[in-house]
Amino acid sequence: MISKQNKDPIDALDARLKDARRLHQDPTRNVSEKEDKKGGALSLAFRVGVELVSAVAVGFGIGWLIDDQFDTKPWFMLVFLLLGGAAGILNVFRMARGFGYAVGYDETKNGQTIKKDINKDTNTDNK
Amino acid sequence: MANVANKSPLQQFEIKPLKEFFIGDVDVSFTNSSLMMVLTVVAISVFLIAGMRRQSTVPGRWQSITELSYVFIANLVKDTVGPSGRPYFPFIFTIFMFVLFGNMLGMMPYSYTFTSQIIVTFVLALVVFLGVTIIAIVKHKWHFLTFFMPPGVSLMIAPLMVPIEIISYLSRPISLSMRLFANMLAGHTLLKVFASFVFALGVAGVAPWLFIVALTGLEFVIAFLQAFVFAILTCLYLNDALHLH
Repeated sequence: MISKQNKDPIDALDARLKDARRLHQDPTRNVSEKEDKKGGALSLAFRVGVELVSAVAVGFGIGWLIDDQFDTKPWFMLVFLLLGGAAGILNVFRMARGFGYAVGYDETKNGQTIKKDINKDTNTDNK
Repeated sequence: MANVANKSPLQQFEIKPLKEFFIGDVDVSFTNSSLMMVLTVVAISVFLIAGMRRQSTVPGRWQSITELSYVFIANLVKDTVGPSGRPYFPFIFTIFMFVLFGNMLGMMPYSYTFTSQIIVTFVLALVVFLGVTIIAIVKHKWHFLTFFMPPGVSLMIAPLMVPIEIISYLSRPISLSMRLFANMLAGHTLLKVFASFVFALGVAGVAPWLFIVALTGLEFVIAFLQAFVFAILTCLYLNDALHLH
């Protein structure tokens, strides 16, 4: 009787511990999932805008500086404004394809392939 | 009442020198923004040191929050960068905590949100950007330049592709700083604008007042989310630098 009583709460605690462990296994995953559901669309739209604008601004800045140096107003500025627009589109394209944040060059930056990357990393790290 | 309504919603971002200092002609006054940064550092230190003072196996509330924040960033670094990112964990953790506490302290009434100043976020982003670039150059030497020439691109369009890639690379600190700055600025301005409606509308001001309550909750989410985004982007840039394609 006593042993049974003792056992039950321990079993219950065991189950609770297991649940807690499962929950805590990957806090990052949980948060990013939650985040995706919540303000996902809005923050994505905002990020697209920022990426686009900042690339154009950088292009404009570079062009303006070159023009200032070589006295070629406004030609470099115009060219780099277009290049900046292209870079902005490139940024957005990468962001959309890479599912959010990726800035890398191929699809192997996110999801499953990241795991592969990490494995490769552990092998090559020691050499 | 009218006085509150007439105040500009942007007045909250005004920098006021608390103690004026000058080095030569350079104004290095201790401002309300600097005060909040100092307070942020103090708050983080207290939070972490006091939280881990009694290191029990079964953590109390405070200790488990401290441990959770550590594990949260440790997993983030592990997931996005891999084991080779471990040496950079302290830096990413510092950045995350600084931005998070800055955003959160800014949510308190009468305080000041230093992350709503573009210069603060830009310098943070610039540190990340320069650090990551130096790491990439040290680690890969000349191979670093292939960063601007994706594999599989024919030489024909290289003259077009390389400038675009360089601009795309240089736009990183801009977009990184702009995102945090714009989110905080917009959120706090919106709160102030609606707060002025509460007084202006009299009894009907209950509606914007309720809206502010909801908005404040959203602002807390954004305050956390933006710190998280800042940290995750730092991790991704670091990943790019460490594992050049």
